[in-house]
Amino acid sequence: MTVLAVSNLAKRYHRGGKPFAAVDDVSFKINPAETLALAGPSGSGKSTIARLVLRLIEPDAGRIDFEGADFLAVSGAALRARRARLQMVFQDPLAAFNPRATVARVLDDPLRIHGLASRAERPRHIAALLERVGLDPALAARAIHEISGGQRQRVAIARAIATRPSLVVLDEAVSALDVSVRGQILELLLDLQRQERIAYLFISHDLGVIRAVAHRVVILDAGRIAESGDARAVIANPQSAIGKALVAATPRLTRDRP
Amino acid sequence: MSRLRRFFRTPEAKAGATILAVLIVMALAAPMVFPGDPQAIAGPALLPPFQDWSLPLGTDRLGRDVLAELFHGARTSLAVGLAAAAAALFIGSVVGTLAGFASGLIDDVLMRITDAFQTVPSFLLALAFVSIVGPSLGVVVAAIALGAWTGPARVARAEVLSIRERDYVAGARVIGMHPLEIAFREVLPNALPPVLALSSVIVAAAILTEAALSFLGLGDPNRVTWGGMIAEGRTVLRTAPFLSVVPGIALVLTVLGVYLAGEGVVESTAVRRSLS
Repeated sequence: MTVLAVSNLAKRYHRGGKPFAAVDDVSFKINPAETLALAGPSGSGKSTIARLVLRLIEPDAGRIDFEGADFLAVSGAALRARRARLQMVFQDPLAAFNPRATVARVLDDPLRIHGLASRAERPRHIAALLERVGLDPALAARAIHEISGGQRQRVAIARAIATRPSLVVLDEAVSALDVSVRGQILELLLDLQRQERIAYLFISHDLGVIRAVAHRVVILDAGRIAESGDARAVIANPQSAIGKALVAATPRLTRDRP
Repeated sequence: MSRLRRFFRTPEAKAGATILAVLIVMALAAPMVFPGDPQAIAGPALLPPFQDWSLPLGTDRLGRDVLAELFHGARTSLAVGLAAAAAALFIGSVVGTLAGFASGLIDDVLMRITDAFQTVPSFLLALAFVSIVGPSLGVVVAAIALGAWTGPARVARAEVLSIRERDYVAGARVIGMHPLEIAFREVLPNALPPVLALSSVIVAAAILTEAALSFLGLGDPNRVTWGGMIAEGRTVLRTAPFLSVVPGIALVLTVLGVYLAGEGVVESTAVRRSLS
């Protein structure tokens, strides 16, 4: 069974009065415990697809099936309840949280909203979540702006897995982190995937990172799919012009090329 | 508290806070310093100030103690000013948040209502409201708030429009938070600082409006108000000018104090913003 099946998705915007297609006829599938990467240059529609899949914006055409049910058909309270299974981690962990929040509140919200634990049990759940992502439970009392960027992204991951989702959208989730922290966060994500069988929609412009974590990759260009396939195979031997350009632009990979 | 120290750094803030502190002490101490009815006759009529030390500021046309009236008037002025401003800020930020966050039809309807209130001069609105409903303290507060909430509503809406595009609002939607909870728990608290910066102007305007209503005889008749005192003294302005001048000075100092203290708060938060 596929977790997410997107077919013929399209989203148009108007830029300076002229319509332009941010996402044009995009289709892909993600299986349980699989990582599908969306790669492409800026403006290729990666983030728009993420927001469409999460129903943060509505598509103009196409179909999104999530866990075997039409995800575009639900709305209101049913949609909010459904969101428990489909979570997101943002690029900038500082912008992704209310600047007034504490770590405890950030993790308390999903547990409270989806009724996953009673008020009395929640502090224990929050501590467990923090330990799950490799953080000290004592961090719960701290304000979100008081902790480091890496810790903040771990809190974001803890929040995303709090509702036991089957799919997590990672929108450039490691791009804003420095290199040493990036490795640890990727390690944590792979670890969670192995244990909880979470599928990832991994959005990145960094083919090096994609090669390390993704099973399959979809390369986008101007809102359309340029090519797709096994991540290592595509990166080793890109067929499309944009794929070749992206590989050429990644210094580590060009050096390794035979 | 470093924030408090930063607040007291500017001379405006010091002066404003001092005036406000004196007023608050006056208002709180009024029933203890001058127990009994301040509107009761205390001595001979039209006694000038500094003649009789049991009545330091003299008496008015009916022989009422001016100093006692001044103290009790401070109570009314501050209570009405603060209550009206609080009501205006509350209504304004709720309306502004709903309009900015909902957008579309709800936004249009709420903002046209705001326009309608803003085009009517607020003092006429208060005047009409009090003359229809009848003068009492609560009605006066409501009447003043009715004309003062539009400013906060506009500022709140503008702020919410920028905040609702931030990632953390999308994040709140992703975890399934109810839109009303997002609006009032995630967005509104972060939209408040610029709205609160309006509070000193609104409090000052509310105190003046209350005085003007009382001056026209539309204040609560059971309470001493500075505006009422000025109106009372107007009939004997040439023979006993102090009856109008004393509450007039009190009014000017209060408005000045509120305004300066408000400026101090804005100044200290501005420093904080530029540092962070």
